[in-house]
Amino acid sequence: MVKSKQDAYQEFIKGLWRDNPVFVQVLGMCPMLAVTNSAVNAVAMGGATFFVLVASSFFVSSLRNWIPRQVRISTYIIIIATFVTVTDFTLQALVPTIHKELGAFIPLIVANCMILGRQEAFASRNSVRLAVLDALGMASGFFLALFALGSVREILGEGAFFGIDLFGPNFEPWVIMILPPGGFLTLGLLLLFFNWLQERKQRLVQRLDEMEAESP
Amino acid sequence: MNQQSKRADVGSARLVATLAFAGFLSGLIIVSVYEATLPTITTYKAKVLREAVFKVLPGTVSLQRLVYRNGKLTADEQAEQEEESIFVGYDKTGQLVGYAMPGAGPGFQDIIRLLYGYLPAQRRVVGMEILESRETPGLGDKIYKDAEFVANFDALSVDPEIVAVKKGRKTGPNQVDAITGATISSKAVVRIINEANGRWLPRLEAGQNPVNDLTLKSMQDMEQDHER
Repeated sequence: MVKSKQDAYQEFIKGLWRDNPVFVQVLGMCPMLAVTNSAVNAVAMGGATFFVLVASSFFVSSLRNWIPRQVRISTYIIIIATFVTVTDFTLQALVPTIHKELGAFIPLIVANCMILGRQEAFASRNSVRLAVLDALGMASGFFLALFALGSVREILGEGAFFGIDLFGPNFEPWVIMILPPGGFLTLGLLLLFFNWLQERKQRLVQRLDEMEAESP
Repeated sequence: MNQQSKRADVGSARLVATLAFAGFLSGLIIVSVYEATLPTITTYKAKVLREAVFKVLPGTVSLQRLVYRNGKLTADEQAEQEEESIFVGYDKTGQLVGYAMPGAGPGFQDIIRLLYGYLPAQRRVVGMEILESRETPGLGDKIYKDAEFVANFDALSVDPEIVAVKKGRKTGPNQVDAITGATISSKAVVRIINEANGRWLPRLEAGQNPVNDLTLKSMQDMEQDHER
């Protein structure tokens, strides 16, 4: 019991950090680069993806014994597309201004390989509980990554955060940061940071092993 | 190998049934959500358009929709095709202020949709509002974010036609200072307005004064509408 609880926690937490869909798996780059030019857009995109991923994982996992293997991918796509369309209409009705900003990228969530990847690699092989936990973790990881990128780009590119002016009129915004090159630049630096962290951890582990080997 | 034997177990009828069922269910969900959200979306779009009309025609308190049909301008609130209708704005005393005309055309990225106010007496554009655009953030989106550029359209002569010039070179009343770094977007806005003018101005002149066509009753209705 204790072990299964531990496992479930692991399924959730891995998406946030160890297997972060953006910084570690480098999946879902299209929305990542395209809509993170402001924090609000990043949050909206992250929220939409969150809903689609969790809802799809739930359904795929519940129906995993009924879906024949040969048509599984098409069935997953139908499930994902349904939730994406639902999200599209809902956003358009509730927050039309944000929907206008995100434009074509909401329908394009269907093609986010991170979502289909989770269905194929995890939800279709695990219990509903684990699948939902995995989806929650991955979606949160994706959300955080989008938010990090969106915040950096908005602060540097517009001198604002959630539309609130930060530096006053004398700040000359780095327009490049909200243009596509800024997205690549920021993403590259964040990836660099994550890889550096990982390498440092590996070095530490290695040194510990060496010390253990020398000590007796 | 294992997959091969599994594949033989499932008949094609089952595959087709699975997909058909999934498609049916998905269609059902999408249609119900569409039906549920449509009224809100339509109301919002109409509201945005009305607000834009009041913005591009300063002094307007009530408005009327005109449709170009069979070579004539007729008042019709329930026009289906947005492209073929314009709005007439009236002030408090019911006098004609001017016309708000929609236009659309390709910009740098995608279709730009806009609305502009036109005063027939002075033959001037008196305001421009971008309704929809996906121009480059930071450059092309200045067509609505840059107050200086938008102010170009606050008193702009349409004769002989509107021309975009390099920033700071504006001399004539029919010239617009283009945005540095977004020349294509600036020119697109000017071109859209010129095209809409080419389409609507002759019709307006031919129709002379459409106020005569309106009954007093419909005018009162409109005013109440707006107050509500």
